[in-house]
Amino acid sequence: MPRRSRLHTPKPHSRPGEKPDFSYLETSPAGAVPRPDVNARVRDIGNLATDLVRVLDDEHRAVGPWHPHLDVAELQIGLKHMLLTRVFDDRMQRTQRQGKITFYMRSLGEEAVSVAQAMALRPGDMLFPSYRNQGLYMVRGRPLVDLMCQLLSNTSDMCKGRQLPVMYHWAAGRIFSISGNLATQFPQAVGWAMAAAIKGEDDIAVSWLGEGSSAEADFHYAMLFAAVYQAPVILNVVNNQWAISTFQGFAGGEQRSFAARGPGYGIAGIRVDGNDFLAVYAVTQWAAERARRGAGPTLIEHVTYRGAAHSTSDDPARYRPKDDYEKWPLGDPVERLKKHLIALGEWSEERHAALTAELDAQVVAAWKEAVTHGTLGEGPRLNPDTMFEDIFKDVPPRLVRQREQMCSEQT
Amino acid sequence: MIQALNSAMDIMMTRDPNVVVLGEDVGYFGGVFRVTDGLQRKYGEHRVLDTPIAEGAIVAAAIGMGVNGLRPVAEIQFADYIYPACDQIFSELARLRYRSAGEFWAPVTIRTPCGGGIRGGQTHSQSPEAIFTHVCGIKVVMPSNPYDAKGLLIAAIEDDDPVVFLEPKRVYNGPFDGNPNKAAVSWSEHARGEVPDGYYTVPIGKADIVRAGSQVTIVTYGTMVYVCQAAAESIGLDAEIIDVRSMVPLDIDTITASVSKTGRCVIAHEATLFSGFGAELSASIQEACFWKLEAPILRVAGWDTPYPHAFEWEYFPGQARVAGALKTVMESR
Repeated sequence: MPRRSRLHTPKPHSRPGEKPDFSYLETSPAGAVPRPDVNARVRDIGNLATDLVRVLDDEHRAVGPWHPHLDVAELQIGLKHMLLTRVFDDRMQRTQRQGKITFYMRSLGEEAVSVAQAMALRPGDMLFPSYRNQGLYMVRGRPLVDLMCQLLSNTSDMCKGRQLPVMYHWAAGRIFSISGNLATQFPQAVGWAMAAAIKGEDDIAVSWLGEGSSAEADFHYAMLFAAVYQAPVILNVVNNQWAISTFQGFAGGEQRSFAARGPGYGIAGIRVDGNDFLAVYAVTQWAAERARRGAGPTLIEHVTYRGAAHSTSDDPARYRPKDDYEKWPLGDPVERLKKHLIALGEWSEERHAALTAELDAQVVAAWKEAVTHGTLGEGPRLNPDTMFEDIFKDVPPRLVRQREQMCSEQT
Repeated sequence: MIQALNSAMDIMMTRDPNVVVLGEDVGYFGGVFRVTDGLQRKYGEHRVLDTPIAEGAIVAAAIGMGVNGLRPVAEIQFADYIYPACDQIFSELARLRYRSAGEFWAPVTIRTPCGGGIRGGQTHSQSPEAIFTHVCGIKVVMPSNPYDAKGLLIAAIEDDDPVVFLEPKRVYNGPFDGNPNKAAVSWSEHARGEVPDGYYTVPIGKADIVRAGSQVTIVTYGTMVYVCQAAAESIGLDAEIIDVRSMVPLDIDTITASVSKTGRCVIAHEATLFSGFGAELSASIQEACFWKLEAPILRVAGWDTPYPHAFEWEYFPGQARVAGALKTVMESR
C-alpha cells in the first residue's frame, strides 16, 4: 500500500461499448425497511437515509410497512398519468426532431417521481419543480394544449415567448416558474414554506432538483434554512444517475447517499426506489404529514435512472452504454405499476394498449389545436412589443422608448 | 438616518402584517448598525428573523416568502457581502415576473449598507450599485439623508417590484463633507435630518435638486452629495447639485434639464470609475445635451482599485478631487 496523498476522480461503472454494471447500487428488499412514526426524531431514523424504501417486490406484489394501500382506482389514475407523461414526451420529442419546436426534455424512467408525489400531496401545496417534472402538470390537470403552446412559443404561450421550451409555470395550479438556473428553486421553496408557517397556513412547499445540481450552493442553503426554521417543506433529490454526461459520483454520490445529507443537517432523509410508484407515494405521504404537523422537513432521494438523453441537444451514446437503461436494476416505473395492477387482476395488456392509444390520440388532438395558435415558422405570431412588459410591474419610460425604436425598425 | 430607516420599517410592519424583516443579526441584537433595533421585541420572532450567515439563502428565502404573499425586507449586512446572493437577485428576483409573464413576482426589498470612509478596508467599503443597475428588473435606490431614507424605504417596501436599497453608511449618523479630520456633524442640525414621525413616501425615480445653481451641474448621490456641496463652496462656484437618489428608474429629465441650463457637468460617485454608474449618466447626458455642453463631462470617482484600508483618504474622492474636476470643467471652452 503506497502511503501518500492521492487525487481520486470518480468513474462510472461502464462507458460506451462496455457492459452495463450497476454493482455500485445498494438496494434493500421490498418491504424490508421499517416505517417510523411521522414525528420520529431525525437521530432515530438515520437508516432511512441509507436503506432503500421499496414496496413492490419482484412478483409485483405490494409488501411491507410502507404499502400505502391505495384504491385500485387511484392506482389506475397513477398509471394513466405516468403513461400520459410518457406519451406526451414521446410526441414532443418527435416534434422537436421534425423541427417544429426548438428543444425538449423527456422524463423517461422518472415518471413515478412527479406523478406519485403530486398525487400524495394536497392541491394547496406549492410545487417548485425542476425541468423534468412534467408529470406534476399531468396530475394537476393543466390542459396539454397549454403546455404545447409554451413549447411552441406561440400566441397562447403562458410565458409569452420568453422561456425555453419546458420552462412552464402555473400560478393557479400552484406550480412555480421553472428557472434555467439550476437549484435556485430549492431555497425559494423553503422561503415559501417559512411564509406559510408564519401565516399559520398548513400548505407545504415541495421542490425538486437533480443529484447533479445538488452540488450547487442553493441546495445547501435550502437544507440549512429548512433545518434551522424546521420549515414545512419536502426537498427531493431526483438521483437519475446522470447530469448530462457526468456520473452521480461527481455530485458526491459515490461516498455517501444523497439522502444521507439530510441527517447531516438535522433533517429526516429517506432514500426511496424512485421507480416504485407505491414507495414514492408512501414516503411523500409520510414527509407531507410530518411537515404539516410541524415535525420538520424531509429530504427524499429518489433512486431512479434518466432513461432518455438529457435533452434533445444531447447524445448519451457518447458517454454511457446504449443498453444501460434496459439493465437498470430498479426497472421501469410504468411497467412495474402496470404489472402490479395485472397481478391484482385489475389491469391487462389489452387495456394498457388501449389506454396508450387513447392517450396518444389525446396528445395528437391537442397538438392539432395548439398549432392553430401559431408555430415557430408559420401561423399567428406573438406581438414582439410584449417583450418590454413584465420587466417591472409598469413599463418605464426608458422601455417605452426602446419599444418605439424596435417598432420603427420593423417598418 | 438609522432612526429614520428604523421608523420606516416600524411603520410598514404596523400597517401591513405581511411585512417581515430578515437578515444576519437583525433580530434580537437589532443589526450591527442598529437599523432594526427594537423591531423583534415589538413584532416578534416570526416577523423579524435572525438568519444564518448565508446571503444567497436570505435572498432566496425572501423570494419564496414574497411569492407566498409576504413583503420581505432582507438585510445584507454589508454590500460587500451581497455577491453570494447575486444569482438569486439577478437570475431569479429580477426575472421572475418576466419569465412567468406576470404570474409570479416577489416584492422584496434588499437593504444593504455601502460605501467607505469608516475604516472598513476592502471588504466593508464597496459601492456596488452599478452592478445592480445593469440587471433588467430591479430598482436601485440610494438615499443621502434621513428624510429621503425613510420616505424611499417606505416606497420600496410598498413597491411590487424588487428594490436594492443601498445605505451609505458613512452618513448614517450625520452628513460628511469629505474631511475626516473635522468633528462629526449630527443630522439634527441638518435640514434633511428633520424626519416626520408618521407615514410618508419619497417617490422612487425622482432626482432631487439639492441646491439650485447656474454655473455647473453636479450629478451625484449618497455620501458624495455633501462632499460635492463643500467642494463647490470651497472654490466659490454656483453649482446646481442633483442627488440622483434612484438609479433605476433614473430621472434623466431632471438631470438633462439642469445640464442644458448650465452647459457644464461633473458626475461624482464613490464607486470605482471604470464602468461605474457615472458612465451611464455621462452617456445619457451627452446624448441629450451635446449641443448645450460648453465642456466635456467629467467623472469623479474612487480609483479603479479595491478600497485600501491604510489609504482610505487617498482612495476616497474627496473635496480636492471634486474641486479639481470642477475647475477643469469651468476652464474648458
